[in-house]
Amino acid sequence: MRELILAFESSCDETSVAVVENGTTILSNIIATQINSHKRFGGVVPEVASRHHVQQITRCTEEAMTQAGVTYADLTAVAVTYGPGLVGALLIGVTAAKTIAFAHHLPLIPVNHMAGHTYAASYVAPFQFPLLALLVSGGHTELVYMASRYDFQIIGDTRDDAVGEAYDKIGRVLGISYPAGKPVDELAHQGHDTFHFPRAMLEEDNLDFSFSGLKSAFINTVHHADQLGETLSKADLATSFQDAVLDILVGKTLRALKTHPVHQLVIAGGVAANQGLRARMHDALATLSDPPQLLIPPLRLCGDNAAMIGAAAHVAYAEGIRADWTLNADPSLSFPYSREALAAIK
Amino acid sequence: MREIITHDAAETVRLGRALGQLAQAGDVILLDGDLGAGKTTMTKGIARGLGITGPVKSPTFTLIREYQDGRLPLYHMDVYRLENGGAEDLGLDEYFDGDGVSVVEWSEFITDLLPPTYVRIRIARTDSTDDTRRITITAHGGDYVRYEDVAFE
Repeated sequence: MRELILAFESSCDETSVAVVENGTTILSNIIATQINSHKRFGGVVPEVASRHHVQQITRCTEEAMTQAGVTYADLTAVAVTYGPGLVGALLIGVTAAKTIAFAHHLPLIPVNHMAGHTYAASYVAPFQFPLLALLVSGGHTELVYMASRYDFQIIGDTRDDAVGEAYDKIGRVLGISYPAGKPVDELAHQGHDTFHFPRAMLEEDNLDFSFSGLKSAFINTVHHADQLGETLSKADLATSFQDAVLDILVGKTLRALKTHPVHQLVIAGGVAANQGLRARMHDALATLSDPPQLLIPPLRLCGDNAAMIGAAAHVAYAEGIRADWTLNADPSLSFPYSREALAAIK
Repeated sequence: MREIITHDAAETVRLGRALGQLAQAGDVILLDGDLGAGKTTMTKGIARGLGITGPVKSPTFTLIREYQDGRLPLYHMDVYRLENGGAEDLGLDEYFDGDGVSVVEWSEFITDLLPPTYVRIRIARTDSTDDTRRITITAHGGDYVRYEDVAFE
């Protein structure tokens, strides 16, 4: 039988609605970004405004249904991201999903945004467990271990800034506007690592990350040059920064693979679009005797989108996970931490 | 006004801890300083002073992180992303009027939304070393003078 899930994602800046068939086929995946709304309304839409989601969600839903060529009577279930994210933004998706599920007598599936990011990679190949996921975005930097298909455990996390946030902040120092990930990545391919920024916590015997010290070292370097009236090469600064970031991300992931042997390694989240990260992880895995299969979602599924929520919801549905009409947004929702990860924080 | 020099991040955390021990329900603490000045580092200290033991991560992306496991709730806000507006929808006054301690980074972006009384902590780099910070504590409203009187060597 054909399983059709209507999925909603509104945890941050993107409003997205998708129809996913059997967890594997994307029939539609409508994403309203700020850029589109800037074009449509010819003005500046505040970066974080629930109003933006309200304006977009009905249109996105209609477009998703039309493009998929399905009616509400065809649907099996409705799924929605209920956290983590911005509370006002999350509430729009949660309310829309509840309304449609209630009106059409459909089961409601609550999905953790980070489960969605992980399952974006399942469109590349079916998952095999155990699996390790490196989830990297503007708000998250986590190593997540999956022993089975809906069992997520954080075994490593950032102690301060998320990696995407570090890109945005050093981008600002370089005069690159938000979001800075892509331009910095491109710039980093044109320079050399001449500044040798610190690789924080890389030698420590845990799986946690830290990017705050790197950010400070970067700012200090630019600050000193400014005081002396020198101009540093932006390309060399970007390369030095990105090399440090990649050493940390790849180094910690390899460490995790030693203690947690897996069949597959997923890299997902907005920073998974980074070309340097893709290349470096690929090369690093090639040095292992028995490397896991590397799964990285296509670029259009790296950022926030509802198709990834539909893929995760397919598994959640099979696991019997349902929400009732009291479902609320949970801005601080998190996977549980492993005992080792908790001990490392203390 | 009170001025304190700290010489590294650990000392900034120690000062934050002392300030956190002075915090009372409903307090609003503004943290000003450039990128990388140490605002989140200071917040880590304030959290420890409130008895919060877990990780204190940057709230830049999520705008607000709440910590409930201390002697008072801590609401750590970072409105860095709201330079061009959008903060009106966040319901910040509910936090400011609440029974926890609000720490606000980049408060210059939400001047119109701030309560009438608060303590402002400025963290500035100095010309001496990379890690030295000049920290200025200014009470706005009588109740907040206790922060200026913090016991710290």
